[in-house]
Amino acid sequence: MMNTQAQTYEPGTHPDLAPPPSTVGVQGWVRSNLISSPVNTALTVFAIYLVYSLVPPVLNYFIFDAVWAGDTSDVCRNEQGGIIGAACWPFVSVWFKQLMYGRYPDAELWRINLTYVLFAASILALALPQIPGKKWTAIFVLAIFPVLCFFLYAGGSFGLVEVETSEWGGLFLTLVIAITGIVASLPIGIVLALGRRSNMPVVRALCVGFIELWRGVPLITVLFMSSVMFPLFMPEGVTFDKLVRALVGVTLFSAAYMAEVVRGGLQAIPKGQYEGAQALGLNFPKMMYFIVMPQALKLVIPGIVNTFIGLFKDTTLVSIIGLFDFLGMVQLASTNPDWLGFVNTGYAFAALVFWIFCFGMSQYSQFIERKLHTGH
Amino acid sequence: MSESNVSEDDLKHPTKEMTVGDEVMIEINQMHKWYGDFHVLKDINLTVNHGERIVVCGPSGSGKSTMIRCINRLEEHQKGRIVVDGIELSNDLKKIDEIRREVGMVFQHFNLFPHLSILENLVLAPMWVRQIPREEAEATAMKYLERVKIPEQALKYPGQLSGGQQQRVAIARSLCMSPKIMLFDEPTSALDPEMIKEVLDTMIQLAEEGMTMICVTHEMGFAKTVANRVIFMDGGEIIEENEPHQFFDNPQHERTQLFLSQILAH
Repeated sequence: MMNTQAQTYEPGTHPDLAPPPSTVGVQGWVRSNLISSPVNTALTVFAIYLVYSLVPPVLNYFIFDAVWAGDTSDVCRNEQGGIIGAACWPFVSVWFKQLMYGRYPDAELWRINLTYVLFAASILALALPQIPGKKWTAIFVLAIFPVLCFFLYAGGSFGLVEVETSEWGGLFLTLVIAITGIVASLPIGIVLALGRRSNMPVVRALCVGFIELWRGVPLITVLFMSSVMFPLFMPEGVTFDKLVRALVGVTLFSAAYMAEVVRGGLQAIPKGQYEGAQALGLNFPKMMYFIVMPQALKLVIPGIVNTFIGLFKDTTLVSIIGLFDFLGMVQLASTNPDWLGFVNTGYAFAALVFWIFCFGMSQYSQFIERKLHTGH
Repeated sequence: MSESNVSEDDLKHPTKEMTVGDEVMIEINQMHKWYGDFHVLKDINLTVNHGERIVVCGPSGSGKSTMIRCINRLEEHQKGRIVVDGIELSNDLKKIDEIRREVGMVFQHFNLFPHLSILENLVLAPMWVRQIPREEAEATAMKYLERVKIPEQALKYPGQLSGGQQQRVAIARSLCMSPKIMLFDEPTSALDPEMIKEVLDTMIQLAEEGMTMICVTHEMGFAKTVANRVIFMDGGEIIEENEPHQFFDNPQHERTQLFLSQILAH
């Protein structure tokens, strides 16, 4: 403790001094955040213990003890023929094509890769401020690109070989289901939310009924119903593609959740905003488009992205109706006699890939929130 | 009961002669309104001519805000007739939109759009309701921002402005639609005393330019400066209506006298 005489200054002449060293910098941060009270100190010690006991084993499994090179499962077996207790990355590299594309024919993979490249280029064009023509890029992404994807993936026209949807699989199928579900469920959800808040009793009843029905049943039963029961109600000979049925089920299910998220945002907009818009002569659609929706959607970005991330992971449930998404392919690969028992590596890889996508969405949403922040 | 914050002597007195025309802008005929079973407006009769400035005062809950909100259909009336600029108010949405284009409204809590800049707030309605091209709308917006003396704030967001500045932006926003009538619903009630004067001076300037105005306010100094008529409402009825000096110096009705004694006692 320093023993200085407190120096006095004439009023108005006090110089700007530096803050005490123990309150700034690393020392200051540690003091105020980690050891500021007995409880905090105990929590800090506990946290250090947790990191010490959890992080090294995880790193060992994924990186340090893992086998990285090889073509067969033998490289991952120890002397007795048992499986090593760490990740066996050759499992991923040997099965990589199936994990990424399912059973899509090798010769046609360029079609999928082409759409990936186009999508990445479009997103880049939309994200970078220097690139002009954003309106046209947006129209391309929302209207033309989906149609293009449909023709490229399914084939059967324009001289392209037809590839049945039962051959689609792996991460490709996961992305098709997730992106279709995400992009379609948001507009439907907005319409349902507006309908639920409508003054017209029939509209409101229909929207409430729809939301409560689709929210009240598990996604597995929705997929099961769409796959098994739906064809029973169709007239003889009329069939819908199984993937299409799954897409519709997933989209409507997600739209019901999205409707409630959006409704929460709409409720938070003060009545004064509606009145200010109406007093200016804006009719209902213009008021919604310019004033209410931008504010409401911005408020519930966390909820919307939450629902998207949930949907992305829920796509794994399509395995019960015989569609082999990314996780389904991991499970299928591990049933191969040569690779029996390596499913742990597969799940570890799946967890990593899902985490990258979901964390990416989460970071992007925070970026959007920061960009839209206008200080109110 | 809030008193008048700004006295007559502190406000800018209008320099031009303010005339009242013959054309009837608003006609309210035997209008009644209920909220459920509660009879909130009883037999309202009011005629407003072109260029008239009406101040409506009264205790809280007297229905004064409700009455002016009926004029641009922010509230619905159940009985009687309201005719604005020759158009009768009914459930016809097209007519309501027509009326709302001609009637501007300034709210107690400003109701600016926080996610848009000041300039965007001002050009939104002219561009998308009156289909005015962007350059013209922006020029008009800057002109009105200069009129309310805050052109430098054009690119800021409402959250960055003070209350008085926000209310002046709200006034400019309504003016950008070139309305024939302006309604003010307690425009200074949410402001600090320093900012009230700047808003009232803006409103006096508007009155000078011949705008037809109905203003619900407690600012009696303002009423004495510009109003043609002061209307006192209580319990949903119009109790007394007179020109300002008669109204303040010689109130007829007992309830008016009580109200005036409460708000003018300092």
